[in-house]
Amino acid sequence: MPDKSKLLDKEAIRRSIMRIAHEILEKNKGTDGLCLVGIRKRGVYLAERLKAAIQTIEKKEVPVGILDITLYRDDLSLTTSQPVVHKTEIDFDIAHKSVVLVDDVLYTGRTIRAALDALIDLGRPRSIQLAVLIDRGHRELPIRPDFVGKNIPTSQHEAVEVHLTEVDDADEAVLVKKE
Amino acid sequence: MVWTRKDLLGLDDLSREEIELILSTADSFKEVSSRQIKKVPALRGKTVVNLFYEPSTRTRVSFEVAAKRLSADVINIETETSSVKKGETLIDTGTNIQALNADIIVIRHNYSGAAMMLARHLNISVVNAGDGWHEHPTQALLDMFTLKEKLGKIDGLKVSIVGDIAHSRVARSNIWGLIKLGAEVTVCAPEILIPPAIEEMGVRVSYDIDEALHDADAVNVLRMQFERDGQNAFPKQVEYFKNFGITKERLQKAKKNIIVMHPGPLNRGIEISSEVADGANSVILEQVTNGIAVRMAVLFLVAQGEGQEK
Repeated sequence: MPDKSKLLDKEAIRRSIMRIAHEILEKNKGTDGLCLVGIRKRGVYLAERLKAAIQTIEKKEVPVGILDITLYRDDLSLTTSQPVVHKTEIDFDIAHKSVVLVDDVLYTGRTIRAALDALIDLGRPRSIQLAVLIDRGHRELPIRPDFVGKNIPTSQHEAVEVHLTEVDDADEAVLVKKE
Repeated sequence: MVWTRKDLLGLDDLSREEIELILSTADSFKEVSSRQIKKVPALRGKTVVNLFYEPSTRTRVSFEVAAKRLSADVINIETETSSVKKGETLIDTGTNIQALNADIIVIRHNYSGAAMMLARHLNISVVNAGDGWHEHPTQALLDMFTLKEKLGKIDGLKVSIVGDIAHSRVARSNIWGLIKLGAEVTVCAPEILIPPAIEEMGVRVSYDIDEALHDADAVNVLRMQFERDGQNAFPKQVEYFKNFGITKERLQKAKKNIIVMHPGPLNRGIEISSEVADGANSVILEQVTNGIAVRMAVLFLVAQGEGQEK
């Protein structure tokens, strides 16, 4: 049984989302031209929660899209993994918009590199910003987040798992020691 | 469900789960064709060779478009203008293509089993784009994809396949696929175009078009392949249209929302009337659009499966 320790609980996640929502609104001076794009899978639920938080604060609705980055991964030709392709569902034009990409954990940066390529294939946004619940370090590419729930120094022998009630049993972030 | 095959040779040897994986992957790929930039980098650096021993426009173009939308490089070999004319064997052609470090061969051949023979001799992926009277798996997959998109499911559907069942690889692939996914299949044609013992595939046989259409959710109208009629055994065109042609009058006696499919190219006024082909029940052009997504899914999966199998 792997060793687990809790990094964020339900309340901490809720507060992080609320703070990030405020920061997004502050940086973008409101909701004008703003849209959120969640990266499958858990980034999508975080984007939905951010949308709800923004609505509470600003009384305005921002569009949320879903991005599947499978086809843009740089490890597709490695035979160890066979990812399942899901749909990208962005039913609004991202051209000239301020897009906030949302993901649960930022690690090597490779997912975000793929997401940037995927987004730019859909149009030319005015800007792309990055919001993550947890930044665990160990970047392999020059990518940095604009909005962070919590910075957590980790070892590469550890894994960070984010659980959200939309698909999991609880709202929490845990550090798992690999065997 | 993990795809482990390096090849797609037919639907006969696929499991229900494998067919469903192709269809769900295709569903994800369909969105790509609706973008302004209709391209994703999934097969960047891969080479797809279309090796066609029979004339084909739509299938070859569909595979070519699918491969290009995945960023693969595509080479088309038409045997009329290749060394095949000089007597090169299929295996030699295949090993030469493999020696060029191509990754996937899409083959259309007039002999049943040609794709399988090639697949056994090569390490690279082989996709069957039609072999003789045997199978045309991607056509059947796109037919099933279209049915599922239109009616929400395949399980429990009543599907009638009308036309030259005896010489049709489209019919055989459809029968294998549809039955695995739980549909009830009826085949309908003049007696001479129904192969013996077809019931053993699990289908019902009807010689009466009105009866075959009566409670069908969908009808797949096959092309009358007059070019294959060596012995003049086919019914005359006018006679066929009169007795088996899909017309507006016949559809009026069927379910109101019956789906009309046709793999193309159409013989208007022979197996289907223009009114029906262009009418509200027809999904013929949607089949063409869906064919791209299905072939993208197949190319993507066999390219992934190549490593899983070894």
